[in-house]
Amino acid sequence: MQTDFLQEARRQAEICNACRYCEGYCSVFPALQAERAFSDGDLTQLANLCHNCRGCYYACQYTAPHEFALNLPQALADVRQDSWEEFAFPRAAGKAFQKNGFAIVLATVLGFALLFWAARALATTGGEGFYAVLSHNAMVAIFLPAFLFPLLSIAIGLRRYWQTVGGAPVRLSHLSGAISSAANMRNLKGGHGDGCNFEDEDRFTHARRYAHQAIMYGFLLCFASTSVATLMHYLLDMPAPYGLFSAPKVLGLSGGTLLVLGCGKMIWLKLRADTSLGATNAFGGEITFTGLLGFVGLSGLLLYAGGNSGWMPALLAIHLGAVLAFFLLTPFTKMAHGFYRMAALVRDVQRREAG
Amino acid sequence: MTDTPDIVVIGGGNAALCAAITAAEKGARVLILETAPKPYRGGNSRHTRNFRCMHHGPLGPLVESYTEDEYLADLMKVTGGKTDEQLARLAIRTSEECLPWMEEHGVRFQPSLSGTLSLARTNAFFRGGGKSLVNAYYRTAEQLGVDVLYEAAVTHLELDGDRVARVDYTHEGKAKSLSPKSVVVASGGFQADTDWLARAWGPAAKNFLIRGTPYNRGVVLADLLDQGIAQVGDPTQCHAVAIDGRAPKFDGGIVTRLDCVPFSIVVNKDAQRFYDEGEDVWPKRYAIWGRLVAAQPDQVGYVIIDAKSLNLFMPSVFPPIKADTLAELAKKMGLPADALDKTVAEFNAACGEQSGFHPTELDGVATSGITPPKTNWARPITEPPFYGYSLRTGVTFTYLGLKVDENAQCSIGDRLVSNLWAAGETMAGSILGQGYLAGFGMTIGTVFGRIAGKEAATHAN
Repeated sequence: MQTDFLQEARRQAEICNACRYCEGYCSVFPALQAERAFSDGDLTQLANLCHNCRGCYYACQYTAPHEFALNLPQALADVRQDSWEEFAFPRAAGKAFQKNGFAIVLATVLGFALLFWAARALATTGGEGFYAVLSHNAMVAIFLPAFLFPLLSIAIGLRRYWQTVGGAPVRLSHLSGAISSAANMRNLKGGHGDGCNFEDEDRFTHARRYAHQAIMYGFLLCFASTSVATLMHYLLDMPAPYGLFSAPKVLGLSGGTLLVLGCGKMIWLKLRADTSLGATNAFGGEITFTGLLGFVGLSGLLLYAGGNSGWMPALLAIHLGAVLAFFLLTPFTKMAHGFYRMAALVRDVQRREAG
Repeated sequence: MTDTPDIVVIGGGNAALCAAITAAEKGARVLILETAPKPYRGGNSRHTRNFRCMHHGPLGPLVESYTEDEYLADLMKVTGGKTDEQLARLAIRTSEECLPWMEEHGVRFQPSLSGTLSLARTNAFFRGGGKSLVNAYYRTAEQLGVDVLYEAAVTHLELDGDRVARVDYTHEGKAKSLSPKSVVVASGGFQADTDWLARAWGPAAKNFLIRGTPYNRGVVLADLLDQGIAQVGDPTQCHAVAIDGRAPKFDGGIVTRLDCVPFSIVVNKDAQRFYDEGEDVWPKRYAIWGRLVAAQPDQVGYVIIDAKSLNLFMPSVFPPIKADTLAELAKKMGLPADALDKTVAEFNAACGEQSGFHPTELDGVATSGITPPKTNWARPITEPPFYGYSLRTGVTFTYLGLKVDENAQCSIGDRLVSNLWAAGETMAGSILGQGYLAGFGMTIGTVFGRIAGKEAATHAN
């Protein structure tokens, strides 16, 4: 990992540890205050625990122009961003995409191209609905590896993370503690419940928290939709297409809508927020990834709306191409943060238990 | 703002903001003239962290009760009676209604910070510290239509008989004047003017560090005192504590404190001990050490500890100087090595039974046969690596201020100045004549800020 980022985070953490005024904002400070000296692993854990709510920055007596020049949200964002690249498997892919919006766009276009090609080259004989464009077997042949590879990659990344931060064996109670934190984004509430400082300097609002939860729950609903459909296909012998009031459609439509709204709001917020309080060199990558995720939702909704029109084959190829790019890029883009954040929250529950 | 405001508030910290908010809520048009640039707004309030509050039963983050009499007794203890009991009781009694007022105006509290459990009953901690309080008040003030000028330095208040006729200030390089109906002075003490400090305290003060804002230079205070406005508080005194000698000249704040003295020996630049390091627990002694260090040559002290004591105190902002031998440590710290060796050897030889060592209680583990003695926590300095910190005197605030009555109103001779009120550190000497009581400065600022704002608005309306 980049030693200058770690060194800067260490310098700042030592000053924070002598002050402690911010301990009521989030989980980072109690964890920070439990240490006296900060190893690279400690800093990596703190960095991934930090949700970039920025409360500590605006409350800080020591921000520039003060000579201590504290900017803990940025120092931790730099370490965090760097850790995702370092833990990625393969590492080269992490370095290629994390900070590179152009590479993400390029991968997405390649996804479109692959699906258009597949639709043409693997033309089906006699499928119904979407399967008339691309057979179910062809879809499985493309998406099964595109789903399993990121899972494997993430698993390797998390293992590397766990070794770096010195994590202990995970018990169910650790997981439930972490999930309850993530489920309502406790760490974006500022401790007092007023929210975080993101869109308008030191004003506390819930905008980012709500946008994030729309994305998170939108994504989970979409994922549930696909999972339910897969089960219906294989277990109940009920192949697509499904009606409006079927489980896959209800889940998918609500999830897609949330995803689109959440990503749109998040991009709007990120464009308003002060970029110097995050990892500045990752801004393009983050925005582009959020755009891709929103586009997955949007193209899915368009596909539903235009499913019976002549546009359907093109819409299907575009939607599936975006989904493919999204899956394959998951370990190497901002999407990875969800997994590392969960790991950090689990580790924090362990720390509190041990403490 | 093109029109003349009803009220000019001089200063931009807690007291100024409480005054401005209160006045604006009464319908007055208020202008704040803050001499600091925006990132440094808020004076010493930026560095505060809590509010000492009377209460009957649990209130907000506060547990149990803290009665008026107990609060007053605490004040009497630290001031040695140097207070105005009537004003003190007013501040104490009003503090209880201030806490909900603060919350209504955007301040958020949190449970007592770790390591400060002893204050959980008496002091309400601001979530995020004093700067977050200041931020919240600026937000509230702006919503109420209060105008704020940063880098607006008031140079002179022109008195005309018993009223302030004109406020002179500079802004963006230009001299400007306003003639508001009411003026509230809430611009702190004079501790950042080290020339003034040196005149008051003696030349040693040039070597003091200023723990808070560099903008509290006492310009308005001096201007008013020169014109005969009634004064209060000892003009020669300041509250000073011993802090890390490597701290910045200004604005080092909380992180420059050093809590390791009880586990150390402290020597001067000649490597000689000069006071009992274990006299009492540190929170009761750090102010004394500010004065002790100020009395040493070059106003500097050197704390020496060994490896076994390193984790017994709160980490401070800078890592200690570290060496494997005392000679090397002496060299790194610029101390005479032979003399340090001798001092440590004498101290070590004077240490006795240590089995009763207890870092957080007066343990009676004492030296025998040396002067000065160390009466608690006396363990020999033997275990390498050895660690050192330099100590300097850090000034927190000054006591000289404007004398006010229970309406926060200033006077000249035996008359009230009809449109001048003061709040916060600039009048705190009326109540805190000496010593220090954690969180009481914010109480005085909040109580008298609100009174001043109300009175100023009533006058203006």
